[in-house]
Amino acid sequence: MIAQLTLIERQRAIAICIAVAVGGALIMLGGRDDVMGIHGALIFVAGMLMIFRIGMSYYAPEPSEDRLTRYYDDPSRAGIVLAMIWVVFALAVGDWVAWQLVEPNLTFGPAWSSFGRLRPVHTTGVIFGFGGNALIATSFYVVQRTSRARLPDQVTPWFVLLGYNLFCLLAVTGYLMGITQSKEYAEPEWYVDLWLVVVWVIYFVLYLRTLARRKEPHIYVSNWYYMAFILVVAILHIVNNLAVPISLTSAKSYSAFAGVQDAMTEWWYGHNAVAFFLTAGFLGMMYYYLPIRAGRPIYSYRMSIISFWGITFFYMWAGSHHLHYTALPQWVQTLGMTFSLMLLIPSWGSAGNLLLTLNGAWDKVRDDATLRFMMVAAVFYGLTTFEGSFMAIRSVNSLSHYTDWTVGHVHAGALGWVAMITFGAIYASVPWLWKREQMYSPRLVEVHFWLALSGTVIYVFSMWNSGIVQGLMWRTYNEGGTLAFSFIDTLVAMHPYYIARAVGGLFFLIGGCVGAYNVWMTILQPGAAASQAGDVPQPPPASGVLQPAE
Amino acid sequence: MSVEQPERDSLTGYLTTGHEWNGLKELNSPVPRAVYFFLILSFLFSVGYWVLMPAWPLGVSYTKGLLGIDQRNVVTASLQEAALERSVWTKKIETEDFAAIQSDPRLMAIVRETGGALFGDNCAVCHGVNAKGGPGFPNLTTGSWLWGGKPEDVFNTIRLGINWTNPDTRVSQMPAFGRDQMLPRADILKVVSYVYSLSHPGAKELDPAKVDAGKALFAANCVTCHGENAKGNPELGAPDLTDGFWIYGGSLENIDTSVWGGRQGHMPSWENRLSNLDRKILTLYLLDKRKAGP
Repeated sequence: MIAQLTLIERQRAIAICIAVAVGGALIMLGGRDDVMGIHGALIFVAGMLMIFRIGMSYYAPEPSEDRLTRYYDDPSRAGIVLAMIWVVFALAVGDWVAWQLVEPNLTFGPAWSSFGRLRPVHTTGVIFGFGGNALIATSFYVVQRTSRARLPDQVTPWFVLLGYNLFCLLAVTGYLMGITQSKEYAEPEWYVDLWLVVVWVIYFVLYLRTLARRKEPHIYVSNWYYMAFILVVAILHIVNNLAVPISLTSAKSYSAFAGVQDAMTEWWYGHNAVAFFLTAGFLGMMYYYLPIRAGRPIYSYRMSIISFWGITFFYMWAGSHHLHYTALPQWVQTLGMTFSLMLLIPSWGSAGNLLLTLNGAWDKVRDDATLRFMMVAAVFYGLTTFEGSFMAIRSVNSLSHYTDWTVGHVHAGALGWVAMITFGAIYASVPWLWKREQMYSPRLVEVHFWLALSGTVIYVFSMWNSGIVQGLMWRTYNEGGTLAFSFIDTLVAMHPYYIARAVGGLFFLIGGCVGAYNVWMTILQPGAAASQAGDVPQPPPASGVLQPAE
Repeated sequence: MSVEQPERDSLTGYLTTGHEWNGLKELNSPVPRAVYFFLILSFLFSVGYWVLMPAWPLGVSYTKGLLGIDQRNVVTASLQEAALERSVWTKKIETEDFAAIQSDPRLMAIVRETGGALFGDNCAVCHGVNAKGGPGFPNLTTGSWLWGGKPEDVFNTIRLGINWTNPDTRVSQMPAFGRDQMLPRADILKVVSYVYSLSHPGAKELDPAKVDAGKALFAANCVTCHGENAKGNPELGAPDLTDGFWIYGGSLENIDTSVWGGRQGHMPSWENRLSNLDRKILTLYLLDKRKAGP
């Protein structure tokens, strides 16, 4: 991989790694009396390892000029491998904490193994580790193909990918040491957040630079969604993490917001993380891989437009539905609820557009588990967005809020929609990226599909039951007008569903392991197939500048 | 790059847009009417909801909505209404004495259903869901009360707590005879034998000479609190050592641990955590549970 870099790029990469190592050393020294110092050491080691890795190949022959006639896919390959590592790790942690909820004594004592520290390891691991790597890898792949342009240079994509994984690593190790801002999905502390800002802004600029080099007059739908994902996540991340550290040598900081403003900012962030990280980014993925795999044109360009603008506009307002019946003024709750309802139609527009795209290819859906992953993802996307709008209605929310119904809803989205489309995209792109005829074992893809689907269904049904039982027990009154059940009564009632949930999660985890094995064996498989016909960037035109057609 | 040329899709009959990316094309099919219909419907619903409910900000204020609904007023009103409905029985429990309530089956039915949730949410974490306690936490269903079993006693224990932070809490301490070197090791073993014999008369594993020696040591060191007959003293929170009920366990090893290291259990005061009514319900609930038998 280093051999693909030119000499000047190797020098630039080493300079960046030196900067990272020096930064790590400063944090290590400054924060030596704090857990932050351990993070400094970690950053320092990461920087040094990269310097050695590049240094070892520093005098390797430079790549030939004809590399510019191909797409630059090394970062995508690495991103997919990283995504598969993260998914196995994070699903394992997730299922472990599910068993902890069944049997709380499974912590065995040390602080790091408690539910409170392991749960964010799971959420960060799946959302950012697995989802993020898959998004970065596929976005690089898709933007090059749909722009017919190679990435503008070979260092920036590596910086984005590896810098992002350093962020994930710092986040997850921090939770185990007790470093957290206690903000849902935004737990990392200020210095880790600052690092992500640098990485993310460079990702945004890289994406713009690639689009600016495009040889196609139009920008494909996938890129609209990937751009929305990158841009809005940057805004969300920066605003929600505004904080003042207690000192430059301490990991601890205080948020710039307090009270109900803090809650509103957090859930504006939290819901739009769902909207733009877990929805827009993966819609970008689906809009590329599903029609390509099905060999069908997108059903309706016009629906794409309506759905895109509907989703991006309405989602921004919906966050306050997380704070129904709280100290948040009621008018804000009203807006959150009504915009969540209006959001349903554009969401279904996307799901419908993609399912209708499969018309004429349903025989492929039947025969090809990879395409079936994508089809099921579109179905779960439709189901989950319906459920989400439904749960945003105040009176429904009064039953569902704070119960496992929410947990079931989020996993219907995370397992049924996000993970399914990602596995579909990975199974589609691994043979393309490594130039193989097909996956090592199509049968194992089939096995993975059924494990993932049954695991998701078991998980979601058990959490629906658990959540609705819990919510109803909370609001059951005796004839005398007092509460009929204590909190612990509800836990006893939920216990069987917790076991079912952990079993469903185990199915999903086993499926993930099968997938990782299959991807790995595909990579090891000997014999390269010819690359897909026409899978090369547009050569530079001999003269003149391209003009958009309209 | 080819010139954009819409093509007709043979399956649907629609034209493509003419855009193409790496083989990807799009149809130019119209948006189904249902999409517009439901989009407009959801918008009209929202407008209606905005008109009726608090909705849009106006600088320092907001549109209040035609229905004049405010969630704070709604919850205040519904709490008042619920309190009013409950007042038919809450007044009686608050004002009547324990004996009168205990003899009223309708009030006791309310005590049983309400007390269960109150106990589960506040007491079960130490005393267990079934109130049978655990090591270090007394079983409340046995009728053996450390601080007295009359309704007023139980009520006050709940209210004041034991060895808690409030000034009028119940206070009691079993000294650490071994750790604080108040008795030599050999004497402790004798006292332990004697104490064990009180609840296990004729126990074969005991040495009668040790038991006798322990009796004398007990008289010299323990009777101040536990009484000459070892029946305990509810005034001091000193347990009866002759019954079969033990908070910290009744084996020889358990008793030895208690005599060697002493005991000072804690129970929180519920004076500021629960209302008088709730404490009274809990008292009646526990006494009723005891009456129902372990």
